[in-house]
Amino acid sequence: MIRPATARRSLLIFVLPALAIYLGFAVLPLLISIFMSLFDTGKSGTGFIGLGNYIYLFTQPVVSARFWNALFNNFKYFAIHVAVEIPIGLLLAALLTGGTLSRSEGIYRTLLFIPATLSVVIVGFIWRLIINPLWGLVGFPLLGNQLTALPTISLMGVWQYVGIPMVFLYSALIAVPNDVIEAARIDGASPWRIFWGIKFPLILPQFGLIVILTFIWTFNGFDLVFALNGSAPGPNYSTDILGTFFYRTFFGSSGQVADLDLGATVATVIFTLMLCVTAAYFWLVQRRLKAHSA
Amino acid sequence: MTTMTTELAHESRLTRERRRWNVERIAVHAVLLAFVALALGPILIVILNSLKTTPAIFGGPFALPTAETFSLAGYERVLTRGNFLLNYRNSLIVTLASVVLTVGLSTLAAFALVEYRVRFVPLLAGLFIVGVMLPIRLGTIPLIQIMIGLKLMDTLWALILVYTAMSIPLGVTLMMTYFRTVPTELKEAARVDGASEFRTFSIILPLVRPGLAAVATVTMLPIWNDLWFPLILAPGKANQTVTLGVQQFVGQFLNDYPALLAALTLGALPLVVLFTIFSRQFIRGLSAGYGK
Repeated sequence: MIRPATARRSLLIFVLPALAIYLGFAVLPLLISIFMSLFDTGKSGTGFIGLGNYIYLFTQPVVSARFWNALFNNFKYFAIHVAVEIPIGLLLAALLTGGTLSRSEGIYRTLLFIPATLSVVIVGFIWRLIINPLWGLVGFPLLGNQLTALPTISLMGVWQYVGIPMVFLYSALIAVPNDVIEAARIDGASPWRIFWGIKFPLILPQFGLIVILTFIWTFNGFDLVFALNGSAPGPNYSTDILGTFFYRTFFGSSGQVADLDLGATVATVIFTLMLCVTAAYFWLVQRRLKAHSA
Repeated sequence: MTTMTTELAHESRLTRERRRWNVERIAVHAVLLAFVALALGPILIVILNSLKTTPAIFGGPFALPTAETFSLAGYERVLTRGNFLLNYRNSLIVTLASVVLTVGLSTLAAFALVEYRVRFVPLLAGLFIVGVMLPIRLGTIPLIQIMIGLKLMDTLWALILVYTAMSIPLGVTLMMTYFRTVPTELKEAARVDGASEFRTFSIILPLVRPGLAAVATVTMLPIWNDLWFPLILAPGKANQTVTLGVQQFVGQFLNDYPALLAALTLGALPLVVLFTIFSRQFIRGLSAGYGK
């Protein structure tokens, strides 16, 4: 047995280095960001202005129009990922674990995941080249039109990251107990029935988790849009999502002065939104799903 | 290890059943092959065209390079004109240092969190687990000020510290699942023999080796491919990583297609190769790390 005093001292020694770096460079900056959003730094120094930055962000005509637009675009960006990426990931995972493959299963799994190992800079450029009217595959400037620009970028993201839901759902599916599936098969159930009637209900918690992770990842999105457009927000602000809006707010861009306090405000709004959605999901949905599948 | 046993059961199911070619099986292969073509086609087109001359890239983008159209001029220009080797070195230093720090510190922390039943342990463990989902980019503005304060702005250390902080939660969460599988008898035996806590830790370390590989592979990918922090914390020419370097190169050499395609190929290659080798550990790490 370990003596309590030894345990406490060892715990401290073992955990402290990891905890210090994690708190200092991940948790603390987030907290300072929230704190900063309550202040205004002007020529006359820094002053506490309460929710002033938030009121400005939500109501100042020009800034708020950009903000709501970016928020709305971000929901579209998320919706396209959920509607396309997750069903395809589920289909691939179902095919990989359907029992018809043998040795080739691992090879398919690896090959299908390869695009997710590329950097967005590369993905953006590959696709910009392929849909370039010069190459003649698509005769229409998909990225130059305000109706098609965001869906096009979203689909590039889907192409890159479809392997992630695939791998998640794949891991969930291979954990489904074999005897349940075997019993259903002996009873003459079709693979279709086995999947929707037995396997899918059992992996619902993981399915829900990948939806919520996709929410967090898409609301953290920035790289792909930046790789394609720089910090410019696309035709008529149609590809401006929260990440690019945040970047322009604190970094500044042509025609926009950098504003750190307002940037911190935007960050806090995004953070609050993620926190609320994630918390609501875990309290309301995930608990029930876990209870059902247990 | 639950993921390992399910994987083994799954594999034995695969080998037990003898399979014949039938309509269903052909259909499954056809669909999967179509998706593989969709996933790899664009990448192959880029690699293929990086080996051709400019007229050939536009004359027949889907043709294989022939004796007349084959050219390595793009690669030559990238390696001489760009800062590619320097970028590679920076990415390598940042990624390796962050991964080594993450693996080391997370393993120590996870061992203690599993091992010691002290009052604050569940709270501490929870703090790390919540961090897996923490959007650390949203703390960028204070991070810039912290880095300026520490005089680390525009250095590789700024990136290493941020990436380590970003990866530690996933590392700790993952390693805790691996440490839980180590039999208690083993640790107790070591302690009875008078081993110190650190000695006990190093005795059971070999048993969690698959976990170390999983943490390393899962954290490596987002670090190597990140664009946000290099852009903001280390944008200077001397400290650019490959991802940022390629991004800038694309902006500068807009019309030099052979060089662009060569740059993209060189930028992508290391991780694609690494992933292909370690895909098993990676996939296990990904699903176990987020699935808790």
